Amino acid sequence: MSATDKKSLAERLGLKVYSGVGNAGWGRTLFAAVISFIYFFPVFWIILTAFKTHNDALAIPPKFIFSPTFENFVAVFSRAYSAGAAAQDTGFALYFFNSVFIAGTSVLLALAIGTLAAFGFSRYPLRGNDTYLFIILTTRMLPAIVVIIPIFLMFRVAGLSGTYIGVILLYTAFNLPFTIWMMKSFFDELSPDVEDAARIDGSSDRRVFFKICLPQVKAGLAATAVFGLILTWNEFLFALLLTGVDTRTVPVAMAQTIGGDIGVRWGLLAAIETLFLIPVIVVTFMLQNHLLRGVTFGTIKR
Amino acid sequence: MMKVWEVYPLRVAFLSIPAALLISAVAITLLPPSVSFWVSGAVFVFSAFLFVAYAWGRHAGGLLVAPAIALLFIMNIFPLLWSFGLSFFHYRANRLAPPRFAGLHYYEKVLTDPVVWDRLQVTAQLVVLTVSLQMIVGFLLAMLFAKQFPLRRVLLILVLTPMMLSFVAVGAFFRYYYEPTFGLLSQAVRVFTGEPFVLLQSTAGAIAGIVFADAWMWSPFVMLLVLAGLVSVPKYLYEAASIDRISHWRRFWNITFPYVRSLLMLALLFRTIEAFKLFDVVFLLTEGGPGTSTETIAVYVYRVSFQYFKTSESAALAYILLFTVIVLTNLYLYFANQRNRT
Repeated sequence: MSATDKKSLAERLGLKVYSGVGNAGWGRTLFAAVISFIYFFPVFWIILTAFKTHNDALAIPPKFIFSPTFENFVAVFSRAYSAGAAAQDTGFALYFFNSVFIAGTSVLLALAIGTLAAFGFSRYPLRGNDTYLFIILTTRMLPAIVVIIPIFLMFRVAGLSGTYIGVILLYTAFNLPFTIWMMKSFFDELSPDVEDAARIDGSSDRRVFFKICLPQVKAGLAATAVFGLILTWNEFLFALLLTGVDTRTVPVAMAQTIGGDIGVRWGLLAAIETLFLIPVIVVTFMLQNHLLRGVTFGTIKR
Repeated sequence: MMKVWEVYPLRVAFLSIPAALLISAVAITLLPPSVSFWVSGAVFVFSAFLFVAYAWGRHAGGLLVAPAIALLFIMNIFPLLWSFGLSFFHYRANRLAPPRFAGLHYYEKVLTDPVVWDRLQVTAQLVVLTVSLQMIVGFLLAMLFAKQFPLRRVLLILVLTPMMLSFVAVGAFFRYYYEPTFGLLSQAVRVFTGEPFVLLQSTAGAIAGIVFADAWMWSPFVMLLVLAGLVSVPKYLYEAASIDRISHWRRFWNITFPYVRSLLMLALLFRTIEAFKLFDVVFLLTEGGPGTSTETIAVYVYRVSFQYFKTSESAALAYILLFTVIVLTNLYLYFANQRNRT
C-alpha cells in the first residue's frame, strides 16, 4: 500500500517464505486450499448465480455448468422485468450512488476530525485522557438500536431524517471513534526523536504535525479510511431508519428486495450482491497487513 | 480601557453556558420544537466559540480534541441523555400527548417483564452457541494457517472475506441457501429424504441457521486474533522443545497456548459484545420467527420502539443493554491494555 509495506510480488503472493512459526510445504497448501474453497463457497456460489439466467438460478438440481449471461448486471442499472408485470426501475443506480457518496463524504470528514483528535490524545494528554478514550470507544460498542432511538427522535425534531446532511453527520459520528482509536494507535508507534529534533530546530507545532507526523502515518491514514469506508458501506440499521426514499443506501434496498417471500428475483439480487461485494474483496486483499488492527478498532496492534 | 473579555476570557466563556441554557429554555417553552432546536443549537455553538477563542494558542490538546468531542456529544451523548430522560416519562413517539412523569415505572416494568427475560434467554442461547462455534472453528483455522506455506496469503484472503461482508449480504446469501424448494441445503437433504427441507420452520432449525450464518461470518475474526498469537511464539522455544523430545500435546499446552491465551480471551469478549447486539442477521433470516423463538433482545427493542412505538419502555430497556455493554467493554479494554503493556 505504501512505503512501510513494500514487498516484492513473490512475497505478496506468499511464494517466498519470510516469517512464521515454521514452514510447511505444498502438501499444506493443498489441504488449506480445499478448506479455504469450502469456506469461500457461499460467496463463490452467489457470484456464479449472478451470471445465471432466472431459470438457471432456480434450477433443480443446481447447475454448475451453464452459459454465462450479463443480463442480471444490465438489469441492475436499467429497467427490470418481473414476470408478467410492467417494467420497473430497480433504482439501484441511485442507491449505489448514495452508498458511495454517503460513505465517501462521512469517512473524509471523520478522517479530518478524527486524525486531529487522535494526535491530540496521543501527544497532548488531557486530564482524564483514558476516560475520554473509553467513552469514545463505548459509543461505538453500544448496540446500534440503543443509539438509534434518541437519534431518531432528535432527527425528527430537527427535520434531518431522510436528508443527506443528517445521514452524513450520523455516519461521521459513527466513524469517528474508530478513526480516533486507529489513528491514535498509529501515532503512538512513531518514535518521538524526530519530532523533538524538529522542535529544537524551531518548528512550530503545526509544522511538526503536517510535515513530520502526518507523512509517517500515511499508510495508517489509508488503512483507516478504507476500513471506515467498508464499515459505512456495510451499515444497515442506521440506514434503515434514517434514510428516505431518495437517500436510501444499497443494504437497505437489498433488504427490501428480499422482504417479499414470493417473486424474489434471485439472479438480480445475486448480481447486486456481487457488485456490492467486489470492492470489499479487493480492499480486504489490500488491507491484509492492517486487518487485525482494523477489526479490533486499533486496540490490538499485532 | 481593557474590555472584560480581554481580561477574563475564561470567565466569560464559562458565563456563556448558563446564558445559553437560559436562552434555550426560553426558546423551548415559547417556540415550536423545530425552531427552538436550531435556536438552542446556535446559542451553544456561540458558547463553544468563546471557549475555542480562549483556548487558541494556549491549550493545543484541548483544541485538537474539541471538534471530535463536540460531534460525538451532539450525535451520541446528547441523544443518549435525552432518551435517559425519556425513560422516566410516559411518552410515545407516535402520539402528540406531552410526556408525563413516570418515575421508575418503566425500569420496574422492564425488569419484571417475563417477555424481556425470555428475549434475554434467547439472546444468551444464541450468544453461547455462536461464540463457542466461532472460537472452535477460528482456532482450527488459525492452526491451519499458522505455518508458512506457498500461496498462504492468497488462501488467507478467501477465508478472511466473510468477516468483511455486510450483514445484509450474508443474510441474503443464507436466505437463498435455506430456501425450501431450490435452496442448496434443501436440495442436499432431499437426496437422502426425498422431501423438501424447510430449515427455518422449526425453532431448532432457525437457531441453527442463524448460528451457522453468524459463525461462518465471524470465525475468521477469531482466526485473525489467534494467528497473531501463534506467530508471536519465538521459534527457539520449539527448537528447544524438539531437542528435549517433548510430546506434541505438551508442546502445545506449555509453549503455544500461553502465547494465545490472552488473545483468545480478547476474541471471546469482543465476539460476546458483538453477538449480544445480534440484530441484522436475525432480522434478515427469520425476523425473530418462528413465533418469537429467535427474537433477540436487539430485535425486541427494535419492535418495541419502532413498531409498537413504546418509546419510554424501549429507552429503559436500552439503558439496561447499555450498562451491560459498558461493563463488557471495560473488561475488554482491561485485558487489551494488559496485553499491550507486556
